[in-house]
Amino acid sequence: MKKRPGLASMLAIYRRELLSYLTTPTAYVFVAVFLFAIGLFTFQVGGFFEARRADLTGFFAFHPWIFMIFLPAVAMRLWAEESRSGAIELLLTLPAPTWSLVLGKFLAAWTIAGVALLLTLPLWITVNILGAPDNAAIFTAYLASLLMAGAYIAIGSAMSALTNTQIVAFVLAVLVSFVLTALGLPLVLDFFSGAIGGGLAEAVARFSILHHFDAAQRGVVEFRSVFYFVSLIALFIGFTALAVDARRGG
Amino acid sequence: MLLQVDGLRKSFGRRVAVDGIGFSMDAGEIVGFLGPNGAGKTTTMRMIAGYLEPDDGTVRIFNIDVAQERRRAQERVGYLPEGAPLYGEMTPWDFLRFIGEARGMTREAARHAVRRAAQDARLGDSINRPIDTLSKGYRRRVGFAAALLHDPMLLILDEPTDGLDPNQRHAVRDLIKKLGEERGLIISTHSLEEVEAVCTRAILIDRGRIVVDKAPAALIEEHGSLERAFTTLTAGEERA
Repeated sequence: MKKRPGLASMLAIYRRELLSYLTTPTAYVFVAVFLFAIGLFTFQVGGFFEARRADLTGFFAFHPWIFMIFLPAVAMRLWAEESRSGAIELLLTLPAPTWSLVLGKFLAAWTIAGVALLLTLPLWITVNILGAPDNAAIFTAYLASLLMAGAYIAIGSAMSALTNTQIVAFVLAVLVSFVLTALGLPLVLDFFSGAIGGGLAEAVARFSILHHFDAAQRGVVEFRSVFYFVSLIALFIGFTALAVDARRGG
Repeated sequence: MLLQVDGLRKSFGRRVAVDGIGFSMDAGEIVGFLGPNGAGKTTTMRMIAGYLEPDDGTVRIFNIDVAQERRRAQERVGYLPEGAPLYGEMTPWDFLRFIGEARGMTREAARHAVRRAAQDARLGDSINRPIDTLSKGYRRRVGFAAALLHDPMLLILDEPTDGLDPNQRHAVRDLIKKLGEERGLIISTHSLEEVEAVCTRAILIDRGRIVVDKAPAALIEEHGSLERAFTTLTAGEERA
């Protein structure tokens, strides 16, 4: 009668969460806004046509910034809504390990992010019609973007577990995401190099999302960057599990 | 022994919610938790269901310690949280199947369990309408079905008839009596007539402690009525 308990619970949570994204208008609205924003930035700000180059650098460059706002909005309800409605009591009285709940929810939100990315594929087709881009590089950049999206979703899930108000979860997640993203920005770097010296500032920059996405969006796979994003995901998933478990303590 | 609770304690910050509760029960008993708001009924139920961890004391279900082997114990308990939270956008059928699969049942087993629980909770023909569109009484029965799904021997129902109209309340009481024939049930309620109508045992809780644990009939005999027992045995004054 039983499958492996944790895995079965995780899949059930994943399916329900995904279904709930698909049966409520929120996910559609978010994805539509995301596509609109990414289009606007790529064509207007990034100068997709003006650059007269058949590549997608002007497209990928905006991913961290758009994800930083868009993905906290996708993830904000994961736990906050369960606490608000009281349904968290149903989840925490299931004979299921906490990790299965946390992972199931995380994967569902990540899937929504993945679908949003998939819907940008026409852009990839367009550059192939216009010229001969480096498709391997674009593919790599897409994978890096998906991995980076996972990190933002994990941050959002952790913040959602800290509160029972979605909007608080959203604001916290944007804040944490911004700090982690912008550590590599000249603006922030200059501030640090003034305060703590250039060498240290450079070390801080290595921990930024921007730093690790930079190489990847040009199509360079660095093991360090893959490791960085996977670590970020693991760190914030672990944090989510701790926050959810802490509820049992009252 | 179906359930054995010893020296249960729980504080939230400086407020002591449960202050040394202990009792035991067997199958066939329907225990009614009575007491003023904030007496510690819900907190006690949450600790038995494995949602909250006690600061001190033990809960054993079929001699399985909830703190030591939470998941094994939880496989044997059905729990209806206060207000019966559900996922409103789902249909009862989808919701119950989700609960079954999240409990580790295969698809086939979950389908089977949903059919049986839907029958036991008398869900009837609205099983394919979104939960949000259903009446409060019907939603409560969906919560019942979710608690019954894995056919647990111990059922914990936090205010199962709260907010229902008299007809719905009557239906839920019938259901409780029927379920209590072979299982152990704990229900919390503010309705004294309900305790008289369905419970085999009344546990009166005040300020986190058990003040009395007797058959409703015995309480009525001693105090004249359950209401008088309630007001004389609990402190009476209203707390903020």
